[in-house]
Amino acid sequence: MSARTDGSAELIRKTAVELADLLATGETTSVEITQAHLDRIAAVDGSADAGVHAFLHVDAEGALAQAAESDARRAAGEARHLLDGVPIAVKDVLTTQGLPTTCGSRILQGWVPPYDATVVRKIKDAGLPILGKTNMDEFAMGSSTEHSAYGPTRNPWDQTRIPGGSGGGSAAAVAAFEAPLALGTDTGGSIRQPGAVTGTVGVKPTYGGVSRYGLVALANSLDQVGPVTRTVLDAALLHELIGGHDPLDSTSVDEPVGAYVTAAREGVRGDLSGLKVGVIKELAGADGSGWQPGVMERFADTVDLLKEMGAEVSEVSCPTFVHAMATYYLILPAECSSNLAKFDAMRYGLRVVPEGDPSAEAVMRATRDAGFGDEVKRRIIIGTYALSSGYYDAYYGQAQKVRTLIARDFAAAFENVDVLVSPTAPTTAFPLGEKLDDPLAMYLQDLATIPANLAGVPGISVPAGLAAEDGLPVGFQVLAPALADERLYRVGAAVEAALTARWGGPILDKAPVLEGVR
Amino acid sequence: MSQLTRDEVAHLADLARIDLDDAELDHLAPQLNVILEAVASIGAVGSLDEVPPTSHPLPLTNVFREDVVVPGLTAEQALSGAPEAEDQRFRVPRILGDEQ
Repeated sequence: MSARTDGSAELIRKTAVELADLLATGETTSVEITQAHLDRIAAVDGSADAGVHAFLHVDAEGALAQAAESDARRAAGEARHLLDGVPIAVKDVLTTQGLPTTCGSRILQGWVPPYDATVVRKIKDAGLPILGKTNMDEFAMGSSTEHSAYGPTRNPWDQTRIPGGSGGGSAAAVAAFEAPLALGTDTGGSIRQPGAVTGTVGVKPTYGGVSRYGLVALANSLDQVGPVTRTVLDAALLHELIGGHDPLDSTSVDEPVGAYVTAAREGVRGDLSGLKVGVIKELAGADGSGWQPGVMERFADTVDLLKEMGAEVSEVSCPTFVHAMATYYLILPAECSSNLAKFDAMRYGLRVVPEGDPSAEAVMRATRDAGFGDEVKRRIIIGTYALSSGYYDAYYGQAQKVRTLIARDFAAAFENVDVLVSPTAPTTAFPLGEKLDDPLAMYLQDLATIPANLAGVPGISVPAGLAAEDGLPVGFQVLAPALADERLYRVGAAVEAALTARWGGPILDKAPVLEGVR
Repeated sequence: MSQLTRDEVAHLADLARIDLDDAELDHLAPQLNVILEAVASIGAVGSLDEVPPTSHPLPLTNVFREDVVVPGLTAEQALSGAPEAEDQRFRVPRILGDEQ
C-alpha cells in the first residue's frame, strides 16, 4: 500500500488547477483526491487540544458521495465545471443545508441550516465535494481564530502561533494541505490577514461582487465572500465560479464576472510595464510604530520586484486612512449589535431557560450571556453605545462621514495609479494567547486591511516571503478600484511567479513537515 | 471623553439583552473603556458638516424584483432548528409579566 500512500501525499500538494487537469485526463479520480484530503485531515487536524484544528466539522461521507457522483459525471462526459470533483472547505459562517453551521459560536451549536448560501449552491452545482466547515473567530470577530467557542486553530508554520482571523480555519486548512481550496469571508481583513500569516493567497472581492445570501452577517455594509487558496490562479478560478449577480442578495452588483483567470495567466508572464503602482504612505510603516521590521523588508523587496517587472512605483498619501481603525470599530459594532439581535433563543439555536417560570425576555438574556463569548459581548455593547441617543452623532454619525473621506482618498489615489500596495498585516503570526485579552492590540492587526472594506474596493494578499527575525510568512497586499478585481490577479500572479522562481518553489515548501502523512 | 461606569455598562448590556454577572462586568468594563478611548479619536477629524455620511459602499437604493411567487422554506424546514415547536409554530416562553 505504500505506493497508494505516496500517491495520496502527492495529490494533496497539487494546486486546484493541477488537480482539475489530472481529472480531465483521467489520471486520477475525485474519490481518490477527496480521500487523500480526508486522510490528511485525519492525520494532522487533531482537535481543540492539539493539531491544526482547521475544521469544526468534517463531512467525510458526504464529500465521498459527492466525489463518486463527480466521477460518474466525468465518465459519462458530463463534467459541469473545470473544478468538478476538486474538493473544497467552507468557512462555518456560510449556511450549508444538512451540515452544521455554528459561526464558531456556542449560540449556534448543533444548528443545521435548512438552506444553502448562494456560494455554497454554486460550488455544489459545479460538483466540488465539500470536505467540511472551517473554524473561525465567533461570528467573524477577531484576527486570530482564538475567539472560536470551539478552541483555536493553530498555524501550520508554528503550532504555538495564531493562523490569523477570523478565517484562520480556511487559511490553515489550505496551508496544511487539508484542502486545495476554501471559501472565506472578509469584513475587515478576515481573508487577507490569515492568508498573510499562513503563506497562502486570499482575495476580498469588490463589495457586492459575490453573493452574500446565506452568509451569517457580521456587518452588512462591509462583509464579502472570497477565495482562499495556495495560488493566485486557483483564486481566480474559484472567484469566477462564485462571483456574479444574485437576485437573492439586494446588495449584489448586476455586472458580469470579470476575466480573472485570463488576468492571472497574463500576470504570470511577468511584464508589468505601464502599470502604475502606489505605495500607501500611511500603511507603509512610515512612523515605525507596530510594523515589524521583517515585514517591512519583505514589502520593500516586493515593491522592488514590481519595478523590475516594469511597473512605475510612486508613493501615494491617503491621509484619512489613519482614522480607518476608529471608523471601522464604530461602524462594525453598530451593525453587529443590530445584526446579532436575531439570536434571541426563539426560532433556532441555543435556548437557556433559567429556573422558575422565566419570561421570553429572561430566556433571551440568559441565552445571550451563555451563548456569546467576550469579544461578541464587547462589540455588541460598544455598538449599542455608539447608536444610543445622545452619542449617535459623535460616534456612528461621525464614523459614517469619515468613511466618506476614506472612500474619497481611494478615489483620488486611483486617479493617479492603477493599484495600491501595502503589507497585508503589520506583523507575522503572533503567539497564541498574546493578544487574547487585549482587544485593542488585536484590532491593530487589521490596520492595513480595513480601509478596503470601508470603501468597498477589492484586495488580495499574496505571500511575499519570510520575515528574517522569525522565519514566518509575510503578506503583500494589492488593492484595486471597485469592479477592477482583474488587476489584483494580474499583479498578484506576477509577484507570485517571480518570487516562486526566486525561492525555487512555492513558499509552503519551506513550512515545517506536519506530523502524519506528508 | 467620558468613561463608561460599571453601571452604564450594565445598562447597555441590559439594552442588548445580555445578562452580565459581576465578574463579567469587572472584566469587560475596563476593556470597553480602552476601546472607546481609541475610537473616540474619530472626533479629532473635526466638524464634517459638509460631508455626506456613507452607510454603504455601493450607490444602490430600492432594489426591486418582479412580484411573483417563488418557492420558499416549508413550515417543517423553517421550524427544523426551533428550540420548541407546536402546531407548525414556534413555541416561546411567556411574553407577559415582566415589568420593564
